[in-house]
Amino acid sequence: MVTTKEILRLPEPILAGHAACAGCSSSLGLRYALKALGEDVIMSVPACCTSVWQGPYPKSSISVPVLNIAFAAAASAASGISGALQAKGNKDTTVLAWAGDGGSVDIGLAAISGAAERNDNMIYVCYSNESYSNTGVQKSGATPPGARTTTTPLGRVGSPKDISLIMWTHNLPYVATACTSYPRDFITKLQKAQTMDGFKFIYLLAPCCVGWKFPAEKTIEIGKLAVESGAHILWEAVNGDIKLSNLSKKYEDPAKRKPLAEYLKDQGRYKGIGEDMIKAYQTYIDHQWSIITSLAKISQ
Amino acid sequence: MPDAKDDFKVETWNSKPAKGSAGKTGLWRTFRPVINHEKCTRCEICVLFCPEPCIELDQEDKSHKKGKIIIDYDYCKGCGICANECPQHCIDMIKETEFLKDEEKEDK
Repeated sequence: MVTTKEILRLPEPILAGHAACAGCSSSLGLRYALKALGEDVIMSVPACCTSVWQGPYPKSSISVPVLNIAFAAAASAASGISGALQAKGNKDTTVLAWAGDGGSVDIGLAAISGAAERNDNMIYVCYSNESYSNTGVQKSGATPPGARTTTTPLGRVGSPKDISLIMWTHNLPYVATACTSYPRDFITKLQKAQTMDGFKFIYLLAPCCVGWKFPAEKTIEIGKLAVESGAHILWEAVNGDIKLSNLSKKYEDPAKRKPLAEYLKDQGRYKGIGEDMIKAYQTYIDHQWSIITSLAKISQ
Repeated sequence: MPDAKDDFKVETWNSKPAKGSAGKTGLWRTFRPVINHEKCTRCEICVLFCPEPCIELDQEDKSHKKGKIIIDYDYCKGCGICANECPQHCIDMIKETEFLKDEEKEDK
């Protein structure tokens, strides 16, 4: 695993003064991603927070070429870029599709599935703030049970889609989950993905202070609590073999996890949400753990 | 007769990487992070977690063998992540109005 000092000495890919909200973890996530992948990267970004905060013309806060594309088309555009690079005989440039959860889980799902099925050479990162944050926090397919958004004022009913497991079923060379609060883990996973050929998928949990309604300074703290309470499981799958990441390994035992209430305590989106909905969230988490641990056992 | 394709010109407007694409975002700030340089151990956790990023280690500075942590107040939005994550608790978030008072005094 890379060390913190190594991360700090890598060149800074994001330029200060961008339009992201104070305490935004998507800008933090992209900063780590581009630190990990280097300067020879072409990005494809659909409509999402990143297409807004990169800044208006004529300035851009991202120091690599970015193709801003329609909401559903991040993966298809990246397929095109990767095909063009292949035709030109360029094997060094990395293609990074960087999309939010709305553009991956709901609107762009068909395009990702197609690109994954063709096994086009790219790294796809879905950074998830669990809602359509830049349009005013509407419910997305990744919104967890019970969470309040502007379209689910009484709390989200039903279960979210687990995009990382959906991608895992595509039999990809690399699938992983990460969290912006653990940059060393995220950067190590990206650098591992960069060495492989084909479609690599990473699901990055990016706590959003505006959408989740917690104080901006707690962005890192909330992300850590998501992992410590077991709500977000960190794992990676190389050629389909699922393995729990070291950070999540100890939380396999439910007794070692922090209570879910501690994770939800500071989040305004769970304020006043009924016990039954919190219970549904806990049931969903336990179910996710049983799937991941049994798949990890099969892979051993 | 000129070829039609000679008249066809594609123009693209490409943004160029530059600091301050959204202007001086330091104006958004309500609380200003102020580092206590005597307590600071230069662990650079604040640099690691700054989403802007507008904190860096100035290794040229001679006040400490490792250098000095500098915050660029032109762009710092005052989110407070640095103060919250600092293991030494040596960053204080101070209301911008306090600095306004000082500036007014200086003006007088």
